[in-house]
Amino acid sequence: MHIAEGFLPVAHCVAWYAVSAPFVIHGARKVIEQAKEHPESRLLLAAAGAFTFVLSSIKLPSVTGSSSHPNGTGLGAVLFRPPVMAFLSTIVLIFQALLLAHGGITTLGANVFSMGIAGPWIGYWCWVGSNKLGWHRNVGVFLALAFADLSTYLVTSVQLGLAFPDPVSGIAGSVAKFMGVFVISQVPLAIAEGILGVLVFRLLTDVARPELERLGVIKPSMSEAVAR
Amino acid sequence: MSRKTWTTIALVAAMMLIFGVSFVVGGIRTNPDERFAGTDSVATSTIQESNPDYEPWFQPFFQPESGEVESGLFALQAAIGGTVLGFAIGALWGRRRGELKAVNGPTPDDATPSPEPAS
Repeated sequence: MHIAEGFLPVAHCVAWYAVSAPFVIHGARKVIEQAKEHPESRLLLAAAGAFTFVLSSIKLPSVTGSSSHPNGTGLGAVLFRPPVMAFLSTIVLIFQALLLAHGGITTLGANVFSMGIAGPWIGYWCWVGSNKLGWHRNVGVFLALAFADLSTYLVTSVQLGLAFPDPVSGIAGSVAKFMGVFVISQVPLAIAEGILGVLVFRLLTDVARPELERLGVIKPSMSEAVAR
Repeated sequence: MSRKTWTTIALVAAMMLIFGVSFVVGGIRTNPDERFAGTDSVATSTIQESNPDYEPWFQPFFQPESGEVESGLFALQAAIGGTVLGFAIGALWGRRRGELKAVNGPTPDDATPSPEPAS
């Protein structure tokens, strides 16, 4: 999902920066607010950021013969709501752009939009939807992480399609072409990320139950015994 | 072993299976010139193929010149993330244990033998 440095026309770079900036500023405020008002949740906040940091660095093989990496943004979106992830993802993407030449500073706005904004929100909606349907919370976590991952790559495909329309089939054809590169490769990774998310979430419900209850992620009424 | 442990094992096994299958199936289909190329770089070459006139208008300030250096830097990223994640979960675990001990008294899994009768 990292659009390489310089690989978006100037107008697109500026536009994506303009779209993403308010989300990132709002997200930064939310992170500071969370850390100030609830110092006890700092560890969990660090865990959410670190999860994204680890997962976005690991390139894994996929069935298409390409390799790709997960994002880990769905977990933080479920725990702290999506705005926080806009800020945390920006940190990860700046690190990768400057130190690894992966992604870029010119394409940062677009990459933040796909990984830090669209993915976390879509993942969060899956989590909310799953809860509304009364599904087990592990199902919600699975869906949140898997779809945050997959939708990030869908958005990247659309971004590239808009920037580089196909001379014959236009924007739609180009989007389809980039989806061919990204989306099928991403499906097994997204499923694996969903499973990993469930594992981490189960661990967190053990070690950070009071924090999760305060954040409203799990219901306080549920006794320890039921959860186990 | 408890049901919880079995669930954990099953989930880890499922994850390993996904990557095992991906590696085998992907290995058959992969481009022999560049096995398991990253999708990000495939997208870049797709752009260059369909828009040969497009010139990237900005270059990274710093580029890891070799694959070895690059993979090392990626490992560094994973290491930083892993360290922070491990610390955070460890600290949460310690805090939680302290809280539970304060409420329930020493837990059976404490290293020090407790005079409490095992339930």
